[in-house]
Amino acid sequence: MADILVYALHYEGAINKNSLGAVSEGARLAAELGGEAHAILLGTDVPDELAASLGNYGAKKVLVAEGPEGLAQPLVDAMAKAIDDGGYSYALFGGGLLGFEIGAGLAARLGAGVVMEVTNVRAEDGELIAERPILGDSAISEIRYRSSVGIVIGRLNAFEIAETGAGAAPVEQLEFELSPHAGGATMVTRGEQRGADVDIEGADILVAGGRGLGKAEGFQLCEDLAAAFGGNSAVAATRAVVDAGWYPYAAQIGQTGKTVSPKLYLAAGISGAIQHKVGMQASENIVAINKDANAPIFEFSDLGVVGDLNKILPKLTEAVKAKKGS
Amino acid sequence: MKICVLVKEVPDAAVEKRIDLSTGRMDRSGEKNLNPYDTHAIEAAMQIKEGGAVPVEEIVAVTMGPDSAVRALHKAVSLGADRSVHLSDEVVAGSDVAATGYALAKTLQRESPDLVLLGQQSDDGECYTIGAVVAEHLGMPSLTQVIKMDVAPESLRCERQAEYGYDTVEVRLPAVISVGDAINEPRYPSLKAIMGAKKKPLETVTAADVEIDPGKVGGDNSAAHWIAAKAPPAKAAGEIIEDEDTGETVERIVAWLDERKLI
Ligand SMILES: Cc1cc2nc3c(=O)[nH]c(=O)nc-3n(C[C@H](O)[C@H](O)[C@H](O)COP(=O)(O)OP(=O)(O)OC[C@H]3O[C@@H](n4cnc5c(N)ncnc54)[C@H](O)[C@@H]3O)c2cc1C
Ligand SMILES: Nc1ncnc2c1ncn2[C@@H]1O[C@H](COP(=O)(O)O)[C@@H](O)[C@H]1O
Repeated sequence: MADILVYALHYEGAINKNSLGAVSEGARLAAELGGEAHAILLGTDVPDELAASLGNYGAKKVLVAEGPEGLAQPLVDAMAKAIDDGGYSYALFGGGLLGFEIGAGLAARLGAGVVMEVTNVRAEDGELIAERPILGDSAISEIRYRSSVGIVIGRLNAFEIAETGAGAAPVEQLEFELSPHAGGATMVTRGEQRGADVDIEGADILVAGGRGLGKAEGFQLCEDLAAAFGGNSAVAATRAVVDAGWYPYAAQIGQTGKTVSPKLYLAAGISGAIQHKVGMQASENIVAINKDANAPIFEFSDLGVVGDLNKILPKLTEAVKAKKGS
Repeated sequence: MKICVLVKEVPDAAVEKRIDLSTGRMDRSGEKNLNPYDTHAIEAAMQIKEGGAVPVEEIVAVTMGPDSAVRALHKAVSLGADRSVHLSDEVVAGSDVAATGYALAKTLQRESPDLVLLGQQSDDGECYTIGAVVAEHLGMPSLTQVIKMDVAPESLRCERQAEYGYDTVEVRLPAVISVGDAINEPRYPSLKAIMGAKKKPLETVTAADVEIDPGKVGGDNSAAHWIAAKAPPAKAAGEIIEDEDTGETVERIVAWLDERKLI
């Protein structure tokens, strides 16, 4: 038997997309191993229908635990209990942030092997092999688990969502005890949206700005260029500039922001960190302007411009306007 | 309050990082430096100490690594740590994340810190998670990617960005916190601090000294076992324009966009 326990993150009545991908992936892998994928949710008054809906993505059973939402350590307690009761061979997490913390904590609790940023998992001789890109995605390492439980933490958007049409899954309550240290953290406010509620997901053209803009006012250069493109265009940002308060969180692309795939994604002053790349690499055309010829973003752009954005963006805006006017 | 800061020596940013395809271990030759993300953790400790909301008796930098890792400790001390501890032992070499976190937790246990700070990621390992492993072994609450931290005698109020926006979390001390790089602007060490760093106490400990179970550490005992490495799927290289004459650069960009009907 090789059953897989999949963590499903939920917020305000909806399951996180990366968790839906993880449940789908868990179901696919469990079938290859001759076992079942079960999902686990933790929260206060998690609706039964929400939990049961994971049956549509291949979960054969869904465990629901009562506890504080948005924190990792209560889930370590709950998942350790579920694994103890249910004899799971693997625990699987979709990309994001909480899953990293839960998976690592669970590895420590169980003495289990853990691999994060996994982009591919395959079943081989009755066990799972995890593939993880390393060193700025310049190589991919393959990892086997030598522990009775293996922990797989996916990279953002690594696992595809697949609806099976199987319908609702049976839901079971999981009783567990909150450890003293898990009780040591309390959520005060969750999901605060800093800045305006802008929409970047529907845009065909995104002009994205990063720390290279130098200051909050630097975003004006991006806004001017987006306005010159006109039509369905918008401005997006990296975590670095959102954390700095230069641009709204709603415009952030990446691991803890939005995933986008516009026709054109034009980056100015963005290094191209993995956590940003995972949210935009499906864009049809990627153009990057960066003064550092070794910036990682040039590894995955279709057109790379090595130069100072302060010189290039204003002229580009004028040239785009002129082109549109002609 | 006693603060321990976990720091790591990593290949310098300018060095192209490589792995040995036959063992999966990192090629650690070449210039090395203190993990840049860890300077934010040291700075956070210094700001607590200087902030005065709670008295800080000591800031201790702790690392696990080969002999050369003492240089990362010297750097940490030059940035403000009072002393440092180096876990140096052949048996821990090649440890995976879980084993590294266990070994660091055992090393920290002797120090009984009120607060353990880490960086958001190591520049070479990039696991983002050593903090969560350490916290579980120490039985302390923890949070990663924290970009704002207000300290009170018994607790911390932390802010961080998670999947749905910014969360504010109250964390009881003792605790393990990994800080994000937006938390502060690390200071530069003064020349005097750099010169004096080697004179500050540096203790070297073995796995046995800190009661590490040798069966739980090292490459052979790590549960995540590296079996192979391969090259990523080849991707067509993009076109590159070096900006010399900006007028011409812009013309080329517009032509490129126009060809693809993007304007
Ligand atoms: C758990 C986790 C989650 C994360 N989630 C996200 C996420 O959702 N989204 C995200 O974006 N990041 C995320 N990050 C952060 C990510 O790792 C990077 O730190 C961030 O993307 C860097 O932003 P940046 O490119 O704006 O800044 P930097 O990395 O500082 O890059 C700035 C770039 O600007 C260039 N530059 C400077 N001046 C100029 C100039 N005058 N002209 C041209 N170029 C110039 C520089 O050469 C540099 O390459 C996350 C990190 C972690 C650990
Ligand atoms: N060998 C080590 N010794 C001390 N601290 C470490 C070590 N490896 C990682 N860390 C700490 O853990 C943080 C996160 O690293 P990682 O989980 O590898 O991305 C780093 O910023 C350091 O603070």
